[in-house]
Amino acid sequence: MTASPRAITATGLRKSFSEKAVLDGIDLDVAEGKIFALLGPNGAGKTTVVNILSTLITSDGGEMRVAGHDPARDPDGVRGAIGVTGQFSAVDDLLTGEENLILMADLGHLGRSEGRRRAAKLLRRFDLAEAARKTPATYSGGMRRRLDLAMTLMGDPRIVFLDEPTTGLDPRSRRTMWEIIRDLVAGGVTIFLTTQHLEEADELADRIAILDGGRLVAEGTPDELKRRIPGGHVRLRFDDPGGLESAALAVGESSRDDAALTLHVPIDGSVGSLKAVLDRLDGGSSSVGGLSVHTPDLDDVFFALTGHHEREKEKP
Amino acid sequence: MNTLSLWAGDSATMLRRNLRHMLRYPSMTVILVGMPLVLLLLFVYVFGGTLGAGLGGVSGGRAAYVDYLAPGILLLTVAAVSQGTAISVAMDMTGGIIARFRTMAISRASVLTGHVLGAMIQTLLAIAVVTGVALLVGWRPTAGPVEWIAAIGVLAMVSWALTWLTVALGLVSESVETASNLPMPLILLPFLSSGFVPTDSMPTALRWFAEYQPFTPIIETLRGLLMGTPIGNSAIISIAWCAAISLVGYLWARALFNRDPAR
Repeated sequence: MTASPRAITATGLRKSFSEKAVLDGIDLDVAEGKIFALLGPNGAGKTTVVNILSTLITSDGGEMRVAGHDPARDPDGVRGAIGVTGQFSAVDDLLTGEENLILMADLGHLGRSEGRRRAAKLLRRFDLAEAARKTPATYSGGMRRRLDLAMTLMGDPRIVFLDEPTTGLDPRSRRTMWEIIRDLVAGGVTIFLTTQHLEEADELADRIAILDGGRLVAEGTPDELKRRIPGGHVRLRFDDPGGLESAALAVGESSRDDAALTLHVPIDGSVGSLKAVLDRLDGGSSSVGGLSVHTPDLDDVFFALTGHHEREKEKP
Repeated sequence: MNTLSLWAGDSATMLRRNLRHMLRYPSMTVILVGMPLVLLLLFVYVFGGTLGAGLGGVSGGRAAYVDYLAPGILLLTVAAVSQGTAISVAMDMTGGIIARFRTMAISRASVLTGHVLGAMIQTLLAIAVVTGVALLVGWRPTAGPVEWIAAIGVLAMVSWALTWLTVALGLVSESVETASNLPMPLILLPFLSSGFVPTDSMPTALRWFAEYQPFTPIIETLRGLLMGTPIGNSAIISIAWCAAISLVGYLWARALFNRDPAR
């Protein structure tokens, strides 16, 4: 890492909701002009991190700087520099797309002509010009999300928080959203992204932090994280749930997908480790329908790290 | 930009937003105005003949009752619209747009001020409609222009106070349903006042309550201004009540809005 300016830093970030610790000491370091992805399963605390950094809620402890300001002591300083597109649609359903953007312009004190100019530009850029005079009730999911992001960009933020920006979008809309995000970074904006999709983090992020159970379990570039799991995994497919069940017991450390009837078993890349998996399967007399060996991707890191964590938690 | 001009500018923006909502969603306003109108017609044409005879005045009858009833119905209109404010605030809070406002460098109070000012404009429109219908069904106020302006001032003052209270009720509600039920006492209170029948016709305990609750002095002030009946100390008591309700409502609403949102 170079000593480039930091957009966001946090140390020892903590937050509890009714006695339950949601964030249990998080350290973050986000460089300016880069995409930082916070990756984690549902309920890991990703949204809580975004809500605290974006001044929506207060933290219980920890030191933070967002765009050089402390969200706790100078929330308006932070608010002036950021834009937030949350997980829940933040558009006004009773106003048209254009009126939503003008509302943002007025609240950003842009002035009438500048507000209209910027709104028209964003409507064109996000392919919403034709729907500008309609209310978001008539929009598709992808259009809603684009309007949401366009509203966030009206204030020309230096740091943009995107909380699961592609959740619920079809593959094409997701691609469009990715392109928009890359364009933003090319324009010098810092992106703080949360996602549960490894593919998305791998595709977009310069750095990734993996959040699980309120703690960061890993942090690094996508390549650094992949190097942590040298061998990739074996993917086993089963014909019936019973076979999956007994195989899961037999092989030990693994992650299962009950819907697809598959089991992912991490291996270290050696023939020996592959053979060991097969030997253990034999002992469980499982009905393996298919087998494939995969080189490491972020999934492996994710499952290895969070799976490990899950078991530790279960210890008395 | 200083805090006050930021607040004023952002409040104007939020007011425009709320007025647009009313135009886009007019059924809400229609329902809110409909309730006092129905009660006006019900009390004038169904109960009015009998109630008017019981007023004990020289003329009596339906015509006398319209004159007695109208100021109370105007106050009921204010209460009905403020109930709608609780609903629209609660609806607003369930949407993600409020979370967006909270993360923007704007005057936070402007979100609430926009609702209050919008509701006051809605109230004055409703008052105009209800007044028009009351005149059509035979209400004959004796007020001159000065008294009318004073009466509108009183109604605006009550609207300001009740709206801050219902904004707080809208904020404290977990759901839109709760928000529509919580302000119910405000609709009921005019019935337990001098709005529909004179308080001296009520049983002792109820009469005591009716005479000391805030709506009775407000109605007596309105009736005095519009119909020329004696006002006495009702005006000053009304102002005190409205100031107290506004202050409590404002502080409560502000505290509720400034706490961390639930999600």
